[in-house]
Amino acid sequence: MRESSVILFHSSNYAMWAVDVLNKNNIENKLIPVPRDLSSDCGYCVMVGYDLIAQAEEFLKRENIEFDRIVDLK
Amino acid sequence: MTKISRLKNNTIYFDNSATSFPKPPAVVDAVVDYMTLVGANPGRSGHRMACEAGKIVFQARKNIAEFFGVKSPMNVIFSSNATDSLNLAIKGILCQDDHVITSSMEHNSIIRPLKMLEDRGIISITVLPGDDSGIISTGELDSAKKNNTKAVIINHMSNVTGIVQPVAEIGKWCKKNNMIFILDCAQSAGIIPIDLKSDSIDMIAFAGHKGLYGPTGTGGLIISDSFDVRKMNPLKEGGTGSMSDKTVQPNFLPDMYESGTLNVAGIAGLSKGVEFLNNMPEKLKSVQLHKVTLQKYFIEKASKRIDGFKSYSASSGFGVVSFTIGGLSVSEITQRLSDDFDIMSRQGLHCSPLAHQRIGTFPEGTVRFSFSVFNTIYEVETALEALKIIRDGK
Ligand SMILES: Cc1ncc(COP(=O)(O)O)c(C=O)c1O
Repeated sequence: MRESSVILFHSSNYAMWAVDVLNKNNIENKLIPVPRDLSSDCGYCVMVGYDLIAQAEEFLKRENIEFDRIVDLK
Repeated sequence: MTKISRLKNNTIYFDNSATSFPKPPAVVDAVVDYMTLVGANPGRSGHRMACEAGKIVFQARKNIAEFFGVKSPMNVIFSSNATDSLNLAIKGILCQDDHVITSSMEHNSIIRPLKMLEDRGIISITVLPGDDSGIISTGELDSAKKNNTKAVIINHMSNVTGIVQPVAEIGKWCKKNNMIFILDCAQSAGIIPIDLKSDSIDMIAFAGHKGLYGPTGTGGLIISDSFDVRKMNPLKEGGTGSMSDKTVQPNFLPDMYESGTLNVAGIAGLSKGVEFLNNMPEKLKSVQLHKVTLQKYFIEKASKRIDGFKSYSASSGFGVVSFTIGGLSVSEITQRLSDDFDIMSRQGLHCSPLAHQRIGTFPEGTVRFSFSVFNTIYEVETALEALKIIRDGK
């Protein structure tokens, strides 16, 4: 993927839900292990391209899918 | 019926209220696929296989949430069976000096946890007798209500007689009186449409392995979108794969109540069981029609052909028939059905002493035939022949 952001969740259950909603709305995304420097959580987060992250955030908010935060990957 | 079990062709399984058999082939395939192709622990690691496992569990949550009219898939809490789910609901919600209303048609999975809390001096209970068949009314609820009544906890569909409680009315009553409504859907899930929102139900406990056609060891508690989960304490704390830097339990659904590794193999199968029902031509209407047809045929023919046959179930019920045959003990009937005719049925009290007291069959109990969508009229006819031979002593 091009330059990307990751959406971090409190639980991978929510990451799965997010992937489902993003796929339904044709937002390209990828589940990746949570980068260690971002969080000490086990499990995964969702990576989305810079260009689509604002839209992705909008879809998650619309469905009330709680997430921890969004971080731009350097 | 397509051949989907490896039993001898002539084995007849009429014990579907205990657990359904056979399971749809897609259920079996999903279990095997998980165990042979996926394998990993969902939500614990970030690798590809863990993600695949997580996807399976999420799809199951989504299927189940949609099936029961709940918006958030996170409100589906997986457990091992209906009993496990009812224990979480009952012990998670009730506090010192709470009063609970229940019915006389309860399975031990409700009445025993309640009695245990009562015996320890924590709660008090009112058991509503209901009408002759155990069906309760809002009038009875009115007279049982006390200042400290916190919840109405009842069985939706009796596992003894198949009677169905008027859930919509009870839900409305609970909402009006600001009480928590917990419904045991062990028997009704997959037969009677249930919608937590429109019926004002706060929580339902379900078994995945009965009418939803999933594997044993599956079940869950579904919380309505409007219920405040902070009102329910978890019964166990532990690893959830989430908030791993904290030593306190997460406070959000479903993680708060799902410590420990889930039964992913079972859940994979359960998800396909729900899809199997969704794919029936008219969904649950098809299930109901099939069961009513078998039940009607069985009760009508047995009443005519078998001397002393007495049914405790209405002929219009959804495939749970309790009966006795005058002069024969229930254990003799089920043993001969099994040994001589390879027909599986269940005798006794069906874990429901109160219900048998209510219908007047305590302590001997009844013989129960419980049908699934895979049973046929031909099998019912074979059982009728068998009962006639047992009755006539040949
Ligand atoms: C009405 C009812 N409630 C609860 C249960 C318990 O279900 P499980 O065996 O999944 O715990 C049963 C099982 O027969 C039942 O019929």
